[in-house]
Amino acid sequence: MTTHHAETNAPAEGTPRHAAPDGPAGGNPLRRFNQRRHEMMDSVRERWRALPKWQRFLAVVAFIVFLYYLPWLGYLPGGAPPRDPVANLQIPPFHLIRTDLISGGTPWAAVLFTCALYVMVAVGLNVVIGLAGLLDLGYIGFFAVGAYTVAIFGSVDSPVVQALQARFGLSEDWAVAWALCIPVVIVITLISGVLLGWPTLRLRGDYLAIVTLGFGEIIRICARNLNGEAGPNVTNGPRGIAAIPGPEGPPSPDNQIFGLVDAKPWYWLALTLVILMVFGVRRLEHSRVGRSWLAIREDEDAAAVMGVHAFKFKLWAFAIGAVLGGTAGFLFASRYAYIDPRQFDVKTSVLFVAMVVIGGSGNMLGVSIGAILLVYLPERFRDLEEWRMLFFGLAMVLVMILRPQGLIPSRRRARELADRAEEARGGRHRAEEATTHA
Amino acid sequence: MSNLIDHIGQYTVDGVSKGAIYALVALGYTLVYGVLRLINFAHSEVFMVGTFAVVVTYSLLDVQQYPALVVAIPTALLGLVVAGLASGGVALLVERSAYLPLRRKNAPPLIFLITAIGISLVLIEVFGLVLPRVLGGVLPEIFGRERAASLSVPYLFERRPVVTIAGTTIDTIHVIVLVSAIVMMIGLDVFINRTRYGRGVRAVAQNPQTAALMGVNQDRVIMLIFVLGGVMAGAAALLWTIRIGNTQSAIGFVIGLKAFTAAVLGGIGNLRGALLGGILLGVVEVYAAAVTSSAWEDVFAFIVLVVVLMFRPTGLLGESLGRARA
Amino acid sequence: MRRINLRAVGLAAAALGLVVAAGCQANTNEGGGGEQADYCGKKVGFFGALTGENAAIVIPSRDGAKLAFKEYNEANPDCQLEMVEFDTQGDPDQAATFAQQVVSDQDFLGVIGGAFSGETHGTIPVYQGGGVPMISPSATRVDLSGRPGITVFHRVVGHDGTQSAAIAKFLQDEGATKVFLVDDGSAYGAGLTAELAKRLDEGDPQIPYVTDKIQEEQTIFDATVAKIQAEQPDYIFYGGYPREAAPLFRQIRSAGITAQLLGADGLYDPQLASITEGAAEGAIITCPCLPAEEAAGTFAEDFEAEYGTPPGSYGAEGYDAAKVFIDVISAGASTREEVLAGIKAYDKQGASKHIKFDAGGDVDPSVVVVWSYEVTSDGLEPLKPLGVQ
Repeated sequence: MTTHHAETNAPAEGTPRHAAPDGPAGGNPLRRFNQRRHEMMDSVRERWRALPKWQRFLAVVAFIVFLYYLPWLGYLPGGAPPRDPVANLQIPPFHLIRTDLISGGTPWAAVLFTCALYVMVAVGLNVVIGLAGLLDLGYIGFFAVGAYTVAIFGSVDSPVVQALQARFGLSEDWAVAWALCIPVVIVITLISGVLLGWPTLRLRGDYLAIVTLGFGEIIRICARNLNGEAGPNVTNGPRGIAAIPGPEGPPSPDNQIFGLVDAKPWYWLALTLVILMVFGVRRLEHSRVGRSWLAIREDEDAAAVMGVHAFKFKLWAFAIGAVLGGTAGFLFASRYAYIDPRQFDVKTSVLFVAMVVIGGSGNMLGVSIGAILLVYLPERFRDLEEWRMLFFGLAMVLVMILRPQGLIPSRRRARELADRAEEARGGRHRAEEATTHA
Repeated sequence: MSNLIDHIGQYTVDGVSKGAIYALVALGYTLVYGVLRLINFAHSEVFMVGTFAVVVTYSLLDVQQYPALVVAIPTALLGLVVAGLASGGVALLVERSAYLPLRRKNAPPLIFLITAIGISLVLIEVFGLVLPRVLGGVLPEIFGRERAASLSVPYLFERRPVVTIAGTTIDTIHVIVLVSAIVMMIGLDVFINRTRYGRGVRAVAQNPQTAALMGVNQDRVIMLIFVLGGVMAGAAALLWTIRIGNTQSAIGFVIGLKAFTAAVLGGIGNLRGALLGGILLGVVEVYAAAVTSSAWEDVFAFIVLVVVLMFRPTGLLGESLGRARA
Repeated sequence: MRRINLRAVGLAAAALGLVVAAGCQANTNEGGGGEQADYCGKKVGFFGALTGENAAIVIPSRDGAKLAFKEYNEANPDCQLEMVEFDTQGDPDQAATFAQQVVSDQDFLGVIGGAFSGETHGTIPVYQGGGVPMISPSATRVDLSGRPGITVFHRVVGHDGTQSAAIAKFLQDEGATKVFLVDDGSAYGAGLTAELAKRLDEGDPQIPYVTDKIQEEQTIFDATVAKIQAEQPDYIFYGGYPREAAPLFRQIRSAGITAQLLGADGLYDPQLASITEGAAEGAIITCPCLPAEEAAGTFAEDFEAEYGTPPGSYGAEGYDAAKVFIDVISAGASTREEVLAGIKAYDKQGASKHIKFDAGGDVDPSVVVVWSYEVTSDGLEPLKPLGVQ
């Protein structure tokens, strides 16, 4: 199948082939460059694996410490914006990475928080799309469930809490404590994942995409409509729910750490959760569950023959994705202390999928990079704010055509795509031969 | 509920007329899916482009509202041609520039889908942001403001009752929309089932390799179905301007989603299914809005979709382009 | 092997160094605030949707505010005040992020905003936490002002309670027999329509009404039109924005419905007649904003001279909000507390109305004038001020 027309000067067996671009950019120099790049990346990987375990561990710890240090990036002690940055306290060029140096720029710690949040979403969605191979276009729905759960139960502005206050004669300041909301969010998002997955996971890939899109919309519409007029008042409808508590309680100027202004502690909280999630998902990936997902992704029927019950594992993937997405929503609501239905629209769902696929679905580092780029670039280049959607659309198209495995692909995915391209080339040659000989 | 039952005839007529537009757009989705197994997300923007083409054309010609029939009919036909060209052209452009390279690489469906979504975004932004800047000087009345709240086209035909049966009024717009949609659908059906090119389309839909062996140029067939789908969307766009008369860069999304739901409802890949699905969806939405309010109609539409897919995943009429497959 | 060792150790040392640096930095973070310098060079923020679909409603107030600052800066070249614009696109979490930036930058003495009720609602706690005074030119939802524990929020515009009362009175005076209320389910539209429904209930005589809801981005309104035909009202009120109103009004008129169309300040769009191909002509729009000619002083002429167009919706209110800040700051207030105190004590005639805030942050309802405008093919023609009582 792959022996004819040996155009690809495929290197030695160990290195994966990659789909060399066939179009106008193709040609030997580009192919050689690509190959050299791949070889370099592979050799980096091999060197990494060759390191003794304690050094790898140290490097990881150093990296994690660096992540915690990020809010102070680019400045020596005492010099960080928004106080007039004293020029000789800057550590160029790192201070240029920050987003708060331009007029109207967003505070750097706030951007970091949003990055961490979106990385959380990307990791969760990666479980659904990358690991289990289920295209979910309604992921914002789980995000919304997490956000609304903490809002509905934890905020004194919530109609449910107010109804409970009235019913049980509780004080006006009573609401479910933030810490108690955490298990509630986990349980409810888990249930929502199962509820959404049950009717839909038996469907074929494309249908699944549309139905999940529909469910995402249904959640948003319900959040908007359940305001006492078009339905029972659960979410305050478009008015939104304010006064959502953080770890220190309802938003107030007395909150010392998790206040309304300084985003650093929020960022560290999100970062901690992200790190925990990443480790958790890695363990999952390398466990029986992860291998079952792999089997289902590759060939569902063969997996069934080997005793892998596809539906059950798909449901698990959905549920886990729901919990991860819901946790991100929970954090989002806690930090901004106010949510309304307009924030959970389809466009955001589509952007989530974009960041996973552009970053490299199946690869946690890849999807994280995708998420960070998605958040960081429009913040750093604020003048281009208006053109943001256009750029993302173009980026999606270009990346999918030129590098469909994503920026930092999972090797499996890259190989899969390369194989398909090879097949196509082979098939085309066969068809051409057939028609000329017919 | 009583509101619905009292006026059920009227609501049904309204729903059918609404659904006819969904059906025309659904044809584009179903054609492409039937042959390529690809959800052409960008099709909704192809529809949007058609509406913009009509807006620009009518604005350049300074069309007035409710002109005499002698003027109205040719203007409508001109709009049809313009919209068909614009939509068909954009559809073809999208196929050639984006889908073709992906097909060459035998990319998996997910990649196609993401690309389609990206194209959708690009088109929305181009028509919402770029076009006003480019055409703002030429056509200040419509493109004077970026992302104008709404671009409008004068109504060509007045809404006058044609026949009233038992309290249900069928008016001119209902008739025009429904008849036009059916005519276009029959035309497409005839094309697919009775002509040589249509045979090629069915052959590729059934089995691309065998079709190639039989001398069918797959590439040409694919270009053909994209153009056909685009033309159908252009027709839907023209009917849209006749019935609704307002458009903006973002209308594609909702219409596209509904149309795709309609296509799936009827059986994706099945042309008659698209018609049936569209009409059924339109009626369900209008009923739901009558009982509750328009705020819930999308939810009902999606619930219908999920239920149908759960119990009859191939849709109401099954999946087959024309009569090629059982 | 040695190379790799060195590298790993180097990495760890760098990490350690950064931690120490961070630790030092944490201690010095608490310095800073409360410079007792002059008020020159201080900043006032403006936040609202400056791009996007609904920007047209916000931009006139931004322009009005900018004009006020320009006038001041031209008259005081050695002591400038700066207005910094933040484009939120109407998005609450964008607004919240900007709020945090403003609060943490002590050079900001106040904000003009928000433009929309939703984003204002979400950011009030943040500004309160930083003690940053807010003056909104156009956020009209009733529950934004008068909140217990909130001292920073003010607005120079009458709220929806006043506007809805004016509309209700208008309907009573016109002798309306049945009103059909449609809203778009948005924070603004649904809120205003609900207020209006309440007033119609409480009014004397009570006017019967029927309600319906549509969605944002909806374009096909068969169900609503059918309901209107069934109910036969003589007035149809739409609470929402032009994007949905345009196709709705067109479909209503083409169905042969002749009832009087009513709208509120969200529909204050001079292009309303043209984007509805004339269907909206004759509709009446209310707005707690003044027609250009009625503005006190030379504001209208100055605005037109500066920008080439007459001031649109809330242009005068934006100007007034800015003027309050400018007057208070240039009188010597250089900290947020002083500015807040100055605002509470402010009592002066502005371009749109006499500005004096009550304890809750609202202007005295008796100075709020709700005007009615008629939609014509040339724009919006002012009709008359509507009474409220």
